[in-house]
Amino acid sequence: MSQTTPRTTSAEFLAEDLSVRKISRMEKALGPEVYRILRGIFTNPLSIVGLSLIVLFFVIAGLAPVLAPPPTPNYPFIIKQIPRDGFGPTPKLPGSVWVSRPPPLPFWYKALTGKDSWVHIMGTSGGQWDIYYGVIWGVRTALLVGILIEALTLLIGMIVGSLAAFYGGWLDEILMRTTDIFLAFPSLLAALTLSAILTPILGKGIWPPIIALVTFGWMTYARIIRGDILSVRERDYVMAARVIGVKDRRIIMSHVIPNAIYPTIILASLNIGADVIAFAALSFLGIGTEVGYPDWGQLISFARNWIPSLSTYWWILIFPAVALVLFVMGWNLMGDALRDIMDPRMRGRGA
Amino acid sequence: MTNYIIRRLLIIPFILFGVTVLIFGMLSFLSPQERSALYVRDIPHNDAAMEGIIRRYGLDDPIPVQYWRWLVGKKDSVSGTVVGGILRGDFGYSRSQSQPVVDLIRRRFPATVELALYSIIPIIGIGVWLGIKAAVNHNKLIDQVARVFAILAHSLPSFILGLLLLMLLYARNGWFPPGRVSDWANAVILNPLLWRNYTYLITVDSLLNGRVDIFLDSMRHLFLPVITLSLISWATYLRVTRSSMLETLRQEYVTTARAKGLKEKDVVSGHARPNALIPVATLGGLTVAALLGGAVFTETIFDFPGIGQAAGASAAQLDVITVLSLTLLSGLILVVANLVVDVLYAYLDPRVRLG
Repeated sequence: MSQTTPRTTSAEFLAEDLSVRKISRMEKALGPEVYRILRGIFTNPLSIVGLSLIVLFFVIAGLAPVLAPPPTPNYPFIIKQIPRDGFGPTPKLPGSVWVSRPPPLPFWYKALTGKDSWVHIMGTSGGQWDIYYGVIWGVRTALLVGILIEALTLLIGMIVGSLAAFYGGWLDEILMRTTDIFLAFPSLLAALTLSAILTPILGKGIWPPIIALVTFGWMTYARIIRGDILSVRERDYVMAARVIGVKDRRIIMSHVIPNAIYPTIILASLNIGADVIAFAALSFLGIGTEVGYPDWGQLISFARNWIPSLSTYWWILIFPAVALVLFVMGWNLMGDALRDIMDPRMRGRGA
Repeated sequence: MTNYIIRRLLIIPFILFGVTVLIFGMLSFLSPQERSALYVRDIPHNDAAMEGIIRRYGLDDPIPVQYWRWLVGKKDSVSGTVVGGILRGDFGYSRSQSQPVVDLIRRRFPATVELALYSIIPIIGIGVWLGIKAAVNHNKLIDQVARVFAILAHSLPSFILGLLLLMLLYARNGWFPPGRVSDWANAVILNPLLWRNYTYLITVDSLLNGRVDIFLDSMRHLFLPVITLSLISWATYLRVTRSSMLETLRQEYVTTARAKGLKEKDVVSGHARPNALIPVATLGGLTVAALLGGAVFTETIFDFPGIGQAAGASAAQLDVITVLSLTLLSGLILVVANLVVDVLYAYLDPRVRLG
C-alpha cells in the first residue's frame, strides 16, 4: 500500500512540540539573560562597530604616552599642556617639521617613517599647538570627563530617586518638586552659567564644567530610578515575597535592584557620549580648561579664529572633530543597540 | 479638564519661586564687587568707592535680605528712588556688553525669534515626515538609513556641524556668510530715514519696507543656521515620531481599520498618524521653548546677534549677571512652555485627564 510512514516518531514529535533547543555551554555558564544580551551585541552590525570604536579609544588612551610621548617624564595622568612649536600665528600644515623644542620621538617613529625629527602629523593651530598631541591626549580627557560626569549624575540621581521611592510621603513630594525646579532650567545654559560662576572660585580646569553639568544633569536619573522602583514594588513577585515574609533587604537585593537599577545603570553608561559633547561644548566657549590643555572642545575652538579661511586651514577643525564624532558615535551605537535588546524584554513584549 | 489645568497652574508659583531661589543661590557665589553690577554700571576703581557702593546697595547684607531686594528692588539711600528688582524689570548691568541687561534682551530677542521661526517649520515638518516614512517602512532600507542618520546626527554637536557647513559653503565660495545681514544692509537698517521697524524681524520688515534685496540678503544669512539647527533636531523628531508611530501601528484599532477594508494610506493618515503625533506635539512645544531661549552654539558660530550669542559671549567673559539673567529668562520661557505642552497633551489625549 502506498501509505507513507510518518516522518517523525512520537518522541521526536513531542520534543518538537515543546521546542526544546540546544543550550550551549557558554549560555549555561553566563546565564540566559546575559547570554541573550551578549549575543544581541555581537550579531548586530551597528553595535559591533560601536563596540570596536569604544575599544579603539580605550586602547589609544592607554597607549597615549607611546603614541605621543610627553615632553617631560613626570606628568599627571593627562599632560597639562600640549607641546607647542614656538608661538607663531600661522598654522602649519600636517607633515611640516617640528622646529622648536620637539618632544621625544616615539620608539616606532624611526622604524615607520625613517626620519630623524618629529613632524606635526596633524598640523598645528594658530599659536602652534600640535593637533596630533591634542587629539591623542584628548582621548584621555574625554574618557575621564565622560566617566566622571556619568558616574556622578548616576550616583546623585540614584540616591534621590531611591529615597523618594522608598520613603514616599512628604520626602517624595519635596524631592520631586526639587527635581522639577532643576528641570525648569535649560540644562546647557544653566551649566554654562554655573561653570562661569565656578571658574573664578575653582580656577580653570575640568572641574567647573563637570560640577556644572552634574548639577543640572542628575534629574533624569532620579525620575527614572524612582519610577522603576515604584513599578517593581507593585509587581506580583515582590508582593508575593512580602506576603510570605521575605525580609525587605532581601527583596531589595534580589528583586528591586536587578530589575530596576541594573538596566538603568547599563543604559546610563552609554550616555557618556552626550556628556562628552556637553563638556566639549562648554570648553569650546572657553569656559573650562585653561588654554593649551589637551581637550577636543578647545582644539575646535581654535578653528573659530580662522572661519573665513577654514578651507585653507582645515586640519584645525577636521582632526579633533572626527575624533570627537567617532568617540561619541561609538557610545551612541552601543547605546542604541543595547536599548533595542533590553527594551522589549523590559516591557514584556516578544523579541 | 479645568481641574487638570488648575492643578498645573497652582504648582507654577512654587516652581517659579524655586527657580528664583536657585538662581539667586548661584548669584550669591559671586563676590560683592561682581554683584554690584546689579546696580552700578562700572566697577569702581578704588577700594573706598567699592566700600561705598557695597554699603549703599547693601551688598554685604544677609542673603535672605539680599534675595528679597533682588526680587523687588531697593530704595537707594542717596537718590531716594527705587533701583533694581527683577520684578520691576531691572536685571542689572551687563559689564561685558556695556548696556543694561534689559536693553540687551530687547535688542537681541527679535533675532532669536526670527531664527526660531524659520527653524521650527523645517524641523517639525521634515522631521515628522521622516519619522512616519521610517515607521511605515519598518525595517526596510529607508528605515535603516533613517536610523543610521539619526545616530550620526546625535553624535554631531551643533558647533562642529556649524563649522563644517561654514567651511564647505562659506570659506570656499562665500555663498552663505555668517551674521544676520551684510554690512551694506545693516547700514540701511540702522538708518531711520531709509528704514522703519515694524516687527523687528528683518525678513518681514524688509518686505514691508519694499527692500527685496535686503530680504534676500537676510534669507541668505539665515540659511546655514537654520540647516544646522534642523539637521540636529531631525534626529530627535525622527526617533520620537518613528517609535510613536510603530507603537500606534500595533494598536488594535489599526488592525480593525485594516480589517474593515480601508486603504493603507487612509489607515495611516486617518487613524494612526493623528494618534502617533501626540507625543510629537509636546516635543514641538519644548523645541520652540529651547529655540526661543537661544541656541547658544549655533548663534555663536554664525555670529548671529541673538540672546544665545549674548549668553555665550558673556559666559566666556565670566559676566555672570548677564548670563544668569538670560538663564532666568530661558527658564521662564521653559516653564510656560511646559504648562502649555501639558495642557495641550491633556486636550489631545483624553486618557491623561480622565485616567
